[in-house]
Amino acid sequence: MSILDIDERLFTLLDKVEFDRSPITDIKEVGECDVGIIEGGLCNAENVEVLREFRRRCKVLVALGACAINGGLPAQRNHLSLPLLLQEVYRSEPGAEYGLIPNDPELPLPLNKVHPLHEVVRIDHFIPGCPPSADAIWQVLTGLLEGREHPLDHSLIHFD
Amino acid sequence: MSATFLLDGRAIPFSEGQTILQAAVAAGAYIPHLCFHPDFKPHGSCKVCTVKVGGRQSASCTTAAAAGAVVESDTPAINAERLALVQMLFVEGNHFCPSCEKSGDCKLQATACDLGMVSPHFDHFFPDRPVDASHPDLLLDFNRCILCSLCVRASRDVDGKNAFALAGRGLRTRLIVNSRTGRLVDSDVSAGDRAVHVCPVGVILPKRRGFSVPLGRRVFDLKPISAVADASAQIEER
Amino acid sequence: MTPDPAEAAATAMARHRHDPHELLQVLREVQESCGWITPEAIDCIQARLGLPRSKILGVATFYSFLHINPCGRYRILFSDNITDRMLGNQVLLDRMCRNLWIERGKVSEDGLVSVDSTSCTGLCDQGPAILVNGIAITRLSEARVDEICDLVREQIPVGDWPAEFFRVDENIHRRDVLLGTPWLPGAALQAAMARGTEALIGEMKASRLRGRGGAGFPAGLKWQACRDAPGKARYLVCNADEGEPGNFKDRVLLATAADAVIEGMTLGALATGAWRGFIYLRGEYRFLLGHLEGVLERRRAAGLLGESILGREGFDFDVAIHVGAGAYVCGEESALIESLEGKRGTPRNRPPYPVTHGYLGQPTVVNNVETFASSCLVALKGGAWYADIGTRESSGTKLLCVSGDCARPGIYEYPFGVEVRQVLEDCGARKTKAVQVSGPSGACVPAAEFGRRIGFEDLPTAGALMVFDESRDMFQVARNFVHFFAHESCGFCTPCRVGTSLLTQMMDKLANGHGSPYDFAEIEKMNLILQSMSHCGLGHSACNPVLTTIAKFRPAYLRRLAHEEFEPAFDLDRALGAARQMTGRDDPAAHVLPEEAT
Repeated sequence: MSILDIDERLFTLLDKVEFDRSPITDIKEVGECDVGIIEGGLCNAENVEVLREFRRRCKVLVALGACAINGGLPAQRNHLSLPLLLQEVYRSEPGAEYGLIPNDPELPLPLNKVHPLHEVVRIDHFIPGCPPSADAIWQVLTGLLEGREHPLDHSLIHFD
Repeated sequence: MSATFLLDGRAIPFSEGQTILQAAVAAGAYIPHLCFHPDFKPHGSCKVCTVKVGGRQSASCTTAAAAGAVVESDTPAINAERLALVQMLFVEGNHFCPSCEKSGDCKLQATACDLGMVSPHFDHFFPDRPVDASHPDLLLDFNRCILCSLCVRASRDVDGKNAFALAGRGLRTRLIVNSRTGRLVDSDVSAGDRAVHVCPVGVILPKRRGFSVPLGRRVFDLKPISAVADASAQIEER
Repeated sequence: MTPDPAEAAATAMARHRHDPHELLQVLREVQESCGWITPEAIDCIQARLGLPRSKILGVATFYSFLHINPCGRYRILFSDNITDRMLGNQVLLDRMCRNLWIERGKVSEDGLVSVDSTSCTGLCDQGPAILVNGIAITRLSEARVDEICDLVREQIPVGDWPAEFFRVDENIHRRDVLLGTPWLPGAALQAAMARGTEALIGEMKASRLRGRGGAGFPAGLKWQACRDAPGKARYLVCNADEGEPGNFKDRVLLATAADAVIEGMTLGALATGAWRGFIYLRGEYRFLLGHLEGVLERRRAAGLLGESILGREGFDFDVAIHVGAGAYVCGEESALIESLEGKRGTPRNRPPYPVTHGYLGQPTVVNNVETFASSCLVALKGGAWYADIGTRESSGTKLLCVSGDCARPGIYEYPFGVEVRQVLEDCGARKTKAVQVSGPSGACVPAAEFGRRIGFEDLPTAGALMVFDESRDMFQVARNFVHFFAHESCGFCTPCRVGTSLLTQMMDKLANGHGSPYDFAEIEKMNLILQSMSHCGLGHSACNPVLTTIAKFRPAYLRRLAHEEFEPAFDLDRALGAARQMTGRDDPAAHVLPEEAT
C-alpha cells in the first residue's frame, strides 16, 4: 500500500505502465510482467507459492519493505519453535475454544520459520523501510523504467 | 609542523602513537567504524574500518599512523567489503529497526545506510538471544549486540566495575553481565555508568525514555554518519 | 565420588600459587576433578583470585573442554578430522549413540554420558580416535565402541578401562638426523656452554634453522631479538598446541624425544637470558602430561633445569607445563600467550610482536616443539653442518605426519626438498588423487603436481600430509575443513566469526543439493572477504581449502550446482513438516513441490 504514498506521481506512472495483479486491479493470477513488487515476509505455504509464481512471471523482482527484506516483525517468532507457538496460541491460551489447531485445507500452513524473500528466490532490487518512503519507491520504479544501474540513492535508504 | 599521512589524497596530521583512525577522527575525516570510540583504546574487532596501506589491508583503528603513508579508504572495492561485514552483523543478530528505540541514533544502521545497504544479503541466523529487563533503570536486548565490547571497555577502564564481558567462542560469542545470576539487576551497574551510554547499537537502553526524540529527528536522520563529525559523542548524549 | 567443588578449586588454586594468570589451569583442574565447573567452584575462584565472575565465565566458555553446566560423567568426543571420517568415525559415532540411547551432543537424562565430536585430536595415524573425559583412545572399531558402552553403563572409572584402549603408537617409519640421534641429556647444552652464548646464537643463525610451526621465521634471529629487547624478564614458550588437523609430530617428539625438546628450550634460555619457560601442551595431549612431568623432574635432579644449570652460577631456568583446553586458535602465538596469561585465547593486535611484548608484556620467544628439538642438533654439530642438510631456503630436516589413504601412516623424517611423490611411495600410497600439505590451512596438491617439494620455497608445512585416493571427493574434504575453521574461530573479528559460519552454510547448501551458480559466486566472494578482512591467520586461511580445491578440483564443485536458478538453502517442503504434524494434514496444499515439478 506504500506505493499509494507516491501520490499524484501515480498518474505519471500509469501513463507508462500497466498494472497486472495488484491491490489496485484485484487480478488474482500473475501474468507475464516486466516488474514484480512484493511486500511481506514468507510466513506460510501460500506466500511461497505466490512468490515463486512472481519469480517465474516477472523479469525483475523488487522486494518492498522491511518484512520482505529481513522478515520484519513476523520473524520475531523465529527463535521459538513452531510447535511451541501453535501449542501456546491454540491450546494454552485462555479462550482457545476447542483447544484444536485449525486444520482446514483452505488455510495455508505456517513455515517453521519466517524468511525474507531473498532466502527463497532471487531478488533483483530492494526498497527498505517500514514503510519505505514514497521517494524511494518512486526512484526505484523510475530507475527501472529508465534502465538505471543503481536505482536507489544512499540518502533514500532507511530501515525504520 | 606535525607529520601527516595521506587519506584518500587528503593530508591528515597525526601525533606519535596515534593510529590512522584516531588521527582521521581527530581531523574530522570519516572512515566507517563500529567498535572504535575516540575515548577508548582501539580494539580492532569489527574490521569495518579496514583500509589499504601499502597494498595491504588492515584495521585503521589499530594500525599506527606513519608519516607519508598513502592510505586508501573510500574506494568501491573496500566499501563493498565493508558492506559485506555490516550485512554479516545484520544476519548474525536480530535487528528489527522499526521496533528499536535506537533507530536513527544507531551506528550500525547509519553505517549500513551510508554504505548503501538495501538488504542483509546473506541468510539470517535468527539466533535465540535473551532480553534482560531485570534492572529498574536499564534494559538489555542482546538481540542487537554486535560484540564491539565498548561497554566491556568502558566498564573496566572508566567505571572500574567490569560489569560486562564477552563469553563463548566463535558464532556463540556473547555479551554477559557480571553477577552470580547473570542478570543486570544483580550486578553493580547503575544508570550513570559510562558503560551504559557507549553502546553504538540498541543493546543497553534506559527505561521509560521511549522515543523522547521522534523518529526522523535523530542524529543520523538529519545527516548521514559520514557527515557527523563527533558521531560517538552525539549518540551518547541522547 | 565427585569431590567437593570448593575443595577442588582451593586445591587447584594452591597448586598454582593463587596466581590469577593461572586461571585456565585452575579451571581445567576443577573440570578434571568435578566433571564440570560448578557455580560454587567459581565462587571460590572469584573470591580467592580476585577476578570478576564475568571474566572467569568468559575464559571458561572459550575453551571447548571446559563446561559450566553439567555435561555427563562420561564425556566422549569423537575426533572429526577428514581422516577420521575416512576411517568411518560417523558410523561409529551413530552406533555409540544408538547403543547408549542418547542424542548426539546432548547429555543423557540420567546425567551419565554425552557423545559429540571434536576437532582433530592428533591421532590420525591410528584413528578413528576419541577422547573420554579428556584422555585419548585410539583405533576405534565397532567392537571397541560396544565395549566402551558397556563400561559406561556399568560406570567403571575410566582409569580402570583396559590399558590397550589407551595405547598410542609412535609409528615412526623414517628417521633422519633428528629422530636418528640418540639423545644424551645435557650433551647439547654442554657443547653450547663450551662455545659460549654469543657463539650459540651465531651457530643458530648460521644453521638457518627456521620455525617448524609453518611460518618459518629464522629461529636464531628470534632468539637474538628477544635477547636484545628491553624488559624486566624474558620468557620462552614451546608451542605444543598442535591443533592443525593432520598434524601429530609434536605428540611423537614429546613422547620419544622430550629431552631434546626441553634441552632445546634450555639452549634458548642460555641464548636469550630467559628465566622461565612454558610448554603449552594442547588439551588433547593431556595423556602426555605425566611423562613430561617425569622428564622435567629427572632433568632438575640432573642439574639440567633449575638454579645454576650445569653448575654455572646465574644460569637459572625452569619449565612449567600449561595444558590447553580445546582451542585451535591458541596455536597462534599471541593467542597462545593470552591463554598462558589465563585469558580467552584471542589473538592480539600486532605489532608489537611477542619477541618484544610477549608473556606479561615481556620479551618472549615462542617456538615450535620441533624447532627446539632441532636446535639441539645445531648446538651439538654446529650451524654449518646443519645448514648443509636440506635446501638453500629450508635447511635441516622436517617431520612429516602422513595419514589418510596409505599403507603405512605415521611419522617420516626427510631432509627438506623431498618430493611429494617420494613420500607417497615410502608410505605405500596407491592411486592417489591429491595430498593436503600442512593441514586445512595449507595447500591441496593434485597428482599432476606430485613432483613439488616440501620446503619454504615450494610447499611450506607444519608437517601434516593427508593422502586422498581416487575414491575421495575433494569437495567433501574442503567442506570438512571449513567446518573445522568455523568451529575454531575465536569470534573476535566480524569476518571470521560470521564469515566462517556463512561459508559452512554455503558449502552445506551445495552438499545438500541446493546449489546453483549463484552460490558458487557467493563462495568465491566470501573467500576474498575472509582473506582480506580477518584479524589473524585462522580467518586468512579459513578459505584456503576451498580456494585450492576450487582451483584444482573445480568439477567437484560444478557437479553440485544442480540448479540453474537460485534455490533456497533449506527444503521448503520440509519447512512445513512441523505444521503438518501439528495439524495432521497431508493434503496437496500442505506441501510445497520442488520448483522443477511445478
